[in-house]
Parts: sequence; C-alpha cells; structure tokens
Amino acid sequence: MEDKNQKKGKPIKRRDFLKGFGGGAMGAAVAPKFLVQEKKTISTKEGNIPVYSKKKISLIVNGKKHTLSVKPRDTLLDVLREKLNLTGPKRICNHGECGGCTVLLDAQPVYSCMFLAVRADGQKITTVEGLAKGGNLHSIQKAFIEKDGYQCGFCTSGFIMSSLALLQRNKKPNLEEIKQAFSGNLCRCGNYFKIYDAVSEAAKKMRGA
Amino acid sequence: MAEKKFNKKKESSPLSYHEEYRDKKTPQPQKTPSPEKERFTLISGYTPRIDGERIVTGKAPFTHDINLRGLLYGKILRSPHACAQIISMDLTKAKNLPGVKAVLQLKKEKVQYVGEQVAAVAAVNEFIAEKALKMIEVEYKTLPFVVTEEEAMKKDSPRVHENSNVQKFSDYSRGDVEKGYQEAHAVLEKTFKTEIEIHHPTETHGSVAKWEGDRLVVWDSTQAIHNVRNGLAKALNIPQSQVKVIKKYMGGGFGSKLGLNDYTMAAAKLAKITHNPVKIILSRKENSLTVGNRPSSIQTLKGGVKKDGTITSLSLINYTSGGIGRGDRCSEPMIDIYRCPHIKVNEYTVYTHTGPSRPTRAPGHVQGTFALESFLDELAAEIDMDPLELRKKNYTTKNEGGTGIPYSSKGLDQCYQIGAQKIGWHRRNKIPGQSNGRFRKGIGMGTQIWWGVGRPETLADVMLHPDGSVEAICGTQDLGTGTRTYMAVIPADTLGLKPQDITVKIGNTSYPWCGASGGSTTTPSVAPAIRDAAVKARDYLKKMAAEKLEIDSKNIGVADRKFFNQNNPNQSITFKELTEDLSREKVFHGEYVGRPSGYAYNTFGAHFAEVEVDTQTGKIKVIKVIAVHEIGRVMNKQTAESQVVGGITQGVSTALFEGRVMDPSIGTVLNPNLIDYKLATSYDSPEIEIHFVDIVDPRINNLGTKGLGEPPRIPIAAAISNAVYNAVGIHVKETPMTPDKVLQTLKEKEA
Ligand code: FES
Ligand code: FES
Repeated sequence: MEDKNQKKGKPIKRRDFLKGFGGGAMGAAVAPKFLVQEKKTISTKEGNIPVYSKKKISLIVNGKKHTLSVKPRDTLLDVLREKLNLTGPKRICNHGECGGCTVLLDAQPVYSCMFLAVRADGQKITTVEGLAKGGNLHSIQKAFIEKDGYQCGFCTSGFIMSSLALLQRNKKPNLEEIKQAFSGNLCRCGNYFKIYDAVSEAAKKMRGA
Repeated sequence: MAEKKFNKKKESSPLSYHEEYRDKKTPQPQKTPSPEKERFTLISGYTPRIDGERIVTGKAPFTHDINLRGLLYGKILRSPHACAQIISMDLTKAKNLPGVKAVLQLKKEKVQYVGEQVAAVAAVNEFIAEKALKMIEVEYKTLPFVVTEEEAMKKDSPRVHENSNVQKFSDYSRGDVEKGYQEAHAVLEKTFKTEIEIHHPTETHGSVAKWEGDRLVVWDSTQAIHNVRNGLAKALNIPQSQVKVIKKYMGGGFGSKLGLNDYTMAAAKLAKITHNPVKIILSRKENSLTVGNRPSSIQTLKGGVKKDGTITSLSLINYTSGGIGRGDRCSEPMIDIYRCPHIKVNEYTVYTHTGPSRPTRAPGHVQGTFALESFLDELAAEIDMDPLELRKKNYTTKNEGGTGIPYSSKGLDQCYQIGAQKIGWHRRNKIPGQSNGRFRKGIGMGTQIWWGVGRPETLADVMLHPDGSVEAICGTQDLGTGTRTYMAVIPADTLGLKPQDITVKIGNTSYPWCGASGGSTTTPSVAPAIRDAAVKARDYLKKMAAEKLEIDSKNIGVADRKFFNQNNPNQSITFKELTEDLSREKVFHGEYVGRPSGYAYNTFGAHFAEVEVDTQTGKIKVIKVIAVHEIGRVMNKQTAESQVVGGITQGVSTALFEGRVMDPSIGTVLNPNLIDYKLATSYDSPEIEIHFVDIVDPRINNLGTKGLGEPPRIPIAAAISNAVYNAVGIHVKETPMTPDKVLQTLKEKEA
C-alpha cells in the first residue's frame, strides 16, 4: 500500500505513517498532544497508554478551509465524502487498487482511501469539484466531454485528477507518458483509448494551442 | 435465493435470450416502418453526452452517493464456509452494541458458498456495523464441499444440489454429424477452456431503502429498475404501486445488476424495523464472492471440412460452471453463424460450491466464439485455406438455427471486407507460425453474431411545455452507454431542435415502462419509442404551423428551431412561437410495438487483431484492433464508439488476464480484489479503429437501429487467439492466455 501512494505522490515513510496514527500500541511513543484525550487507557507491554478518539484538523479543500474533528482511523476519502459531501472521489476498492478516490494533495495525486485524514492536516486538497472556475469547466473536463473519455463515469474523477497531476508537470505528454500517468487508475468500462485522446486534447487546450 | 428468483424472470434469465429473441417464422401482416428513407441531421452523428458536465464535475448522483437524513449503514454477515449447516445464531451481543439499530437473521438452514449472506446489521456508521457483524455468533456444522469443476465432475465428489453435479441443460442437433464427418476431407477435434470471470463494475452493488409510511423508495445500482420494483413488491407482499425504484447513475453492471438482490431486500427490511433509511453498499470483496460471475467452459469441438472449404459437420460438448447457478449456453454462435448442414451440441452445467453466475456481457457468446472461431482457423490450416476465405465460403444470409428465415439485414460481408483491408490482411503469416525470432507478430480475426432487438411494449413520452421546453421521459436506465444522450438527440432531430433543448428524464419507475438494460436491447427499445412520441409531437406542431402559415402541413419542414414552408423557407414560425399557443403542457405517448415476423434480426461484426508474442517471456501484446460492426443505423457515433472501445478492452482482459482463482482447500476465492484479479489497465489498451457498416435495417423498428451492448465484447478474444496462432503456429486454447500458458504451449509445440 505504501508503494502505491509513493508512486503517485509524496513518499510516505513508515515512520511518518506511524506518527500519523494516534492510539494503539504503535502510537505509544509519539502520542500526539493535539488528540482529544479520552478517559480510557489500554495496557500494553510498555505500560498503560491513553486512547485518543478524535483530532481537530483543518483541510483546505478546493480553496476553502474546513475545520473538522476526525477519528484517527478516518480516511481522507471518507472525510471528503461523508463530512464535506464531496462525491467526486469514489470508493471503488477502498484498498489502493483502483485510483477512483484520487485527489491532489498540493500537486501530488494520492489515493485518498489510503490516506488518513489526520495526515492531511493543514494541507491543500483538490478534488474534481474544485476544477471548474466560475461556472467554466477546466480544459481537462471539456476535453473529457468532447472526446467521450468516460462511459459510466464512475472512475472519471480519478482519471481527471491523475490527468491534472500529469499535465501540471508535463505540458506535452506522449502516449507512453499518458499511459504511465494512469498506471494507478482502473476503468472497468475500458475506455482507456478514448481517455488517451481526451488527455492529449486537454494538453492542447491548456497550452492554448 | 436471489438467483432462483432471478432466473424465473423471463427477461433477465441468462438462458432466455435464445427463446426470447428467436424470431418467428410465419410472416404476419404488420406494417414495415421503412426507416431507411428517413434523413437525419443529428442521428448517426457525434453528439457529446448531454450529461457530460455532471460527470466531469463529480456531481452525477450514483447510488453510492445517496445521503439522506438519519441514514443508517447496513452490513452483511457472510458465510465463511463453502458448505455448512447453520446450527444456531445468537444476535444478542451484536444488538447490544451501542450504535446498532437492528440485527436480522437472513439465513436459517444451509449455506452453499463462501460469501452467502446469513445476517445483516444496521448501525449509525459503517465502523460500528462492521464491529457488530463480528459479534454475531453463528454455529456452523461444516459439510464437504467442492469448488473446482474438475473435482465436481468426479462421481464421488460432494453434491451441490440434490442431483448429480453434472446436469445437461442444452442440446441441439440438425442433420447427421457422422455423415458430415464421412464427407469431410479433414476432421479435427480440439478442446478449449475459458475461466470464470467476475464482472467487477467500478461501482460495487448497493442500495438505499427508505420507507415513507407504507411506501418504499429504493435507490439501487441496477440495470433494471422495473425488475427491482416488481421483485421487491412480490417479496415484501406489497403492491407494485407502493414501490418506487430510482437509479440515476450507475458505475457499470455488465449483466450483474439485472434483478432484485438479497442485500436490497435486507436494506428494505432493516429500514422498516428502524424507521430510518438504510444504505447497504457491498465491498469489493463481496462483489467478488456473491453478485455473479461469467461461467467457465470446457468446450470440445469437432469439425469436418472439405478441400474447398465447405464445413460439413460441427459438434460441441460443453461443460460449463457457474457455481451454484447454471452455466452458459455457448453453442449459439456455432448454431447460427455459418451454413453447416450437420450440427450436434450437448451442454452440461457443472455445479460447485461457489457464488452463482449471472449474465455477463454477451453470456455464452464470449466463450463460444472464442472456441469456435479459434477452431475454424485450425480447420482452415488443415486444408491450407485462408481462414477468412473459409468463413466467406460458409457464409449464410438466413437463420441456420432452425427457422431458415432470411436476415432482415446482414452486413457481415462488409465487416469482413472493411476489416481485412484496414488491418492489411495480406501482411499475416500465410502459414501460421512461419515467422522467427523472439518477438513474433501475427494477425487474426473473429466473427460475431448477437441479437440486438428491442422489447415490445417499451413506452416513452415527449412532453411539450408552453414555454418551449421539451422533456423526453422513459423508465429506462443509462449504464454509461449514452441512453440519455440519444434520448435528446432523437426528439431534437425530429423537432428541429438542439440536443440541449431537451430535458431527459430516466431512471425512475414512475416513468413509462421500459425493460432491463441488458442483452443489447435498450437502444432498439427506447430509441423507437421516443422517436414515435417525437413524431407525434412534430405532427401535432406541424398541424398548428400549417394553420398559422395557411399551407398544407405536408409542406412543412422542421429545422433550426423553426417550422417552415418547404416551398418557401422564408415563411416560417419558430418552435417557441408555436408552443406558446399550447394552453398547457402536452404529452405525446410513444411505443415500440415490436418487429415484423418472417425475418431474423441479428447484429453482426468482425474484429481483426494484430499481436506480438514474446516467445521468451510468454507475454502477449495486442498492438492493434480493427472493429467493424453492423448494428443498423447508429444513434450516436460518439457514444457507440466508446461502447466498442470498452468491449475491446474487456475482451483483451478476458483473453489475457481475467480468471477467478479458487482455493480448493478452504473453498474461498483467492483473488477477491482488483490487484490479484487482473483487469486490463491503461497499458493494455491496443490501438483501436472502429467502423460501422452503413446499413439501416429496413424492418426492425422506425429507426432501423439494433443494439450494440454485447457485440463488441464477443469476437475480440477469438481475434487475439487467432492472431497468436498466426504468430506462433499453435493456439493457446485457454483464457486467460497468461505467460505461463503461452510458454507451456510453445513447449508442447516443440515437443
Ligand atoms: S478506492 Fe482508493 S484506490 Fe480504489
Ligand atoms: S467509465 Fe466506467 S469505469 Fe471508467
């Protein structure tokens, strides 16, 4: 699972990962202060340690700041979908296998189903809902419509977010680079061939060509 | 349970296609619609999806996205055993967990596969619901089980149902196959295998149920809202009029969402008990275990051919396994595609203790075509004939399977011609496997037949409002195939409007009846019905315009949001001016009444594939595919092309990657996820070129259009298989053609 996020975004080191987790034996050494402490403790080999149930975090989602209290186990995907009502990111596998939940963390695409919300504290997140500006669709969105880069549309926000990440770092990707950018996205309807077209078209639009 | 109910329904049974679509021999005096004379501006063009913006902005409401006030989350406890007796079940601990609102026992006696539902929980969040599942105490008495076809076929293996695990479910014969073999110059026998596949739609199955008093509203990820409504009403013993099923957007189904599901029933029951809406969304693992699969097949084909390419005899023995459900009839392509006087078929289901099968995009045809078309290339090689010539030699223009009636339209010859030219058929190895080196290229093709007719009695409305706005309404569903868009295109074309002028309403059982979206039936059902309604609306407006313009309504033309005098285009009235004279909204009812008998209605196509085989690693790469289809008049090429692209990608996936793997020791699925169950990815899509033969079926309906859902899914695995044969001189004979099998096959060839 770490590999997947690594490929698509900032490498997550195991140590960081553990730090992000409050509660449980793993968190014992680094029990973060910002967690809301419950009265309960659990006993471990290292003695009694407190159990933390919630943490206050702030997320800057599509340019808007939200302050939320989340459980350590809550994934970024669930927080976006359930608490912020952003239904663009989809839960297709919930295990880092499909890319349906892809969002951008700063400029990096990440699987939000594999990303604990507490780790995103204070960071900028872009979902597919944040692309259109003032009623104008983003070039990528326009290109997906023009080239029919979808069928059922369930994988589409993931593909659009991966496209955005690609086109932000590569203005003129070739076919191999496009395929590579989607190595973490599955489309069961199988519309890859049309999606390649959509991305090339989007690149053209974004270059103003 | 659900499977049984599901099979009883004629319109959703995987085996009913044969009966349902078989065309009637006796001509009846029915009006032929003659759609070939009609000229259109938008139909058959490239119209982007009218709901594209909702999709690309993440706003299209899928069932997963339904969120209601007071929503509870349901989870299902599933059997960990492949076969077991439930001795007792204690729900107390689960019920007492804070946050749990209801716990239900769903199964009392026997479980027959890992993943079968036994109990359900509704709780305030998913986490608590999951936790509660673990607190349900079930005592099982485990029983002997069998999960692989090979084992299940043995005499002394544990029985899945009362009778033997091997049951004949289909046979067919014409002529005398033995006589045919005697007449042949070459006779061959080969066995082909296909693996069980899982549908894996991106949106896992799920429902949200809510009671409003005695009235039940269900949001369901389904291909068939009316089936689900009728199923719920029957199972809950409430009137159909008290059940409403809604499906706005769905993330794929491919045949696995055609009927009422038992988790939907569970959601409805939990919602009733708790007085709160309940949402049950299956996990990816549950999708792998319990909501359908494409049955496997072990097909032994025998065939005889004369030196001139005449096929004299064909026979098929098929063992097909769909778990506790039935296998797929794989013989249809053999029975229907070619002129062959002697055919004999016997098909057997092999029952195992695994999840029940469901129709999977082109049930039986995907497996049958892979075997038949691969086999034909071997027959051709036996007599040194070009495999495409062999197919042309045995071409037929009438239904061979029994009725002998002519096809209303059949453009397969053109599919062959266009495909061969575009792929450069002459480039192929004249003798299969004649090329050398580590990387070997080959070209192959496969033929497709499917039905693609509409369901009679499909209804659709066109509503004109006095302010000039227009609605197109039908109780159908858009699976991502573009139904919504052509429902705007057709009335727009008919009324001289733009697609964006039409508001399309679908996916609600309150709308006019339409059947399940499956079997390539949606377009030939919905399109003619909506056209019928639109023509009525147009004629009504023409009359109004004729009065205003004081001319004969025969001379009225429609275009550019205007009704005009065809003899003097300057004399016109706008659509909006016309509708202003309506005192209220006006509804025009359309219906697709059915097709005239006396003709056979089928879709045809051919795929041509070029592949490269790495003989060192056994990896197959599909380089290019040319797809040519004859589906009558295409409603919207923009979305039709995507359907073909999708069919090809899924077919590549069948040919090279997909297969459910069982653990025979514990009886569970070993790859119930999207990592170990390999699907085609963005790296695996070949270059694709698509052509539609320019034919309008003159009789099938008022637009001359047939369905396209299954056709592009059918011939691709065979085309790849034959291309591999052309490259290396031997068929791999088994899907998925994974590198290990390729290397093994190459070894066999050397030996
Ligand atoms: S839902 Fe996150 S990767 Fe599949
Ligand atoms: S469009 Fe349906 S899964 Fe990609």
